[in-house]
Amino acid sequence: MISLAGRDIMHAWGKFVFTGMGLGLLIGVTLSMAGIYRGMVDDGKALLDNSGADLWVVQKDTLGPYAEPSSIYDDVWRAIRGIPGVARTANVTYLTMQVRQGERDVRTLVTGVTAGGAGTPGWPPYLVAGRQITRGHYEAVADIATHFKLGDRLQIRRNHYTVVGLTRRMVSSSGDPMIFIPLKDAQEAQFLKDNDAIRQQRRRTAENPAFNRPQVPGLLDSVIASQNTNQYVNAVLVQLAPGYQATEVADSIRRWKRLTVYTRNQMEEILIGKLIATSAKQIAMFLVILSIVSAAIVAFIIYTLTLGKIREIAVLKLIGTKNRTIAGLIMQQAIALGIIGFVVGKISATLLMAPIFPKHVLLEPLDSVIGLVAVILICILASLIAIRAALKVDPAEAIGG
Amino acid sequence: MAGKGIHIEGLKKRYGKGDTAVDALKGVNIQVAPGEVVGLVGPSGSGKSTLLKCLGAVIEPTSGRMVLGNDTIYNDGWKVRDLRALRRDKIGFVFQAPYLIPFLDVTDNVALLPMLAGVSNSEARKRALELLQSLDVEARAKAMPAQLSGGEQQRVAIARGLVNRPPVILADEPTAPLDSERALAVIRMLNDMARRFETAIIVVTHDEKIIPTFKRIYHIRDGVTYEEAGEGREIL
Repeated sequence: MISLAGRDIMHAWGKFVFTGMGLGLLIGVTLSMAGIYRGMVDDGKALLDNSGADLWVVQKDTLGPYAEPSSIYDDVWRAIRGIPGVARTANVTYLTMQVRQGERDVRTLVTGVTAGGAGTPGWPPYLVAGRQITRGHYEAVADIATHFKLGDRLQIRRNHYTVVGLTRRMVSSSGDPMIFIPLKDAQEAQFLKDNDAIRQQRRRTAENPAFNRPQVPGLLDSVIASQNTNQYVNAVLVQLAPGYQATEVADSIRRWKRLTVYTRNQMEEILIGKLIATSAKQIAMFLVILSIVSAAIVAFIIYTLTLGKIREIAVLKLIGTKNRTIAGLIMQQAIALGIIGFVVGKISATLLMAPIFPKHVLLEPLDSVIGLVAVILICILASLIAIRAALKVDPAEAIGG
Repeated sequence: MAGKGIHIEGLKKRYGKGDTAVDALKGVNIQVAPGEVVGLVGPSGSGKSTLLKCLGAVIEPTSGRMVLGNDTIYNDGWKVRDLRALRRDKIGFVFQAPYLIPFLDVTDNVALLPMLAGVSNSEARKRALELLQSLDVEARAKAMPAQLSGGEQQRVAIARGLVNRPPVILADEPTAPLDSERALAVIRMLNDMARRFETAIIVVTHDEKIIPTFKRIYHIRDGVTYEEAGEGREIL
């Protein structure tokens, strides 16, 4: 038996291809939306992977350092380092801010890292150009997504930094590229006040009789000095010694240091389940809406194509064609339209939309397979209306009268 | 295969119920022998289309008896179970407009019927080409319907009606869109095919050009048929 659907498509291929292309652009947007969600998850995982940590020690009862603010003393790491199972510890600060370079500024996640080298928790694990930070101040390593170049001078707060290294895929959970600077600089940048604010604070402190006691010389100066230094970091990153379980070490830190500790799995759950949950829901809603719109378009197109063939369908029924054959003709055309649309959509998402989209778009092969199955299912469902209309056609219409 | 041709006895068809009921056919009697071509003539609203639909097994008569070939189709309320297969295998249709499937070429338009009946593609195409040859359109076998003239399309439609060698062919105004010469050519073709395949053919028409060619004519008026001897003029 010849394929009636195939013959009809070949006969009117232009109509099918152009309709498929229109549908394909819509499918391309749908695939891109899924890619944006995957990209967000991937960014979150990249942030965790690149930190090189097995445990995150943060302020008690907070979801820090990525999903909530967290402040702990910068000497806590020493105590944590002494707990069995801990191989390495490192302070870290995170501050999302605009970093100025010449006339332009870029939104980045400024990360303060302790002295060390590649492999130290918090440090970029690899560079694509230049070198790691070797000085205690005013050097920076930037992600290439910032479009900074080696030797560029950056302004963070009042200080200037020189880009000495470039890295890749170091991004925050929201996709902002990271800039690594020495920890002390980052601590200063987090709490740095302007001159007027410092003067105001000194005046208020001096007016407080509790701090300004003539009988205790040097007290006021000590209080003012302590107000102008920052002894906090956002988290302590911990690497485990071989043979230790993350949960077991985390329990020890919780018990003895009264701090909140997250394992890699828990941190991933916070990032994906809480931090990007709203965005994920928005994307899911868009996916549902786009799927419904795609289904409606396929249904409308197939219905219109079927109505245009009512006379032929009546003739086919009159000459004894089974309902199954007629339903197959319509359903196969709907599926063919979906496949044309999917191919166009996949190509447009991969070659057109993903490269120019300002966020990381990750098109997973499995998502494409799921997308293809979903498109075919939607096309089958959408063709049911047209099939119903075709099966209602009275063969007597071919006879007329 | 040819069997008894067409045998219709006391065929009635009523639409609706109660006060609004309309009797479209009030008692139709028709006999067409295998190899014979008869005309069915009647004014608009006479019940012609209803009769054609009953003959085509598209609608069910209210009562009466209808035999096509060797098969009793209806007999006072009883009917053949699979009317779709009956239409495919036992009845050939030729319409006023050819109604060819626009996305199939000439050969496949004709071969589609045997394919639907389960005949292999190659065998169905072979049968189709033989018929197209006998109707003198084999040169257009690969053409699409839109590329054919009106006369060629009608010949292809006749080939489609004949391809399953049905015992009965129903031709509904087959010459309406054609000029005299082509109309007579179509009737000649139908006569030739009827003789060759022992097929009983009913041609519904009000085309004055072809009515004199029938040896027998059935007139239908107010749902009742009347038989009349035709001129049976020779078509040259």
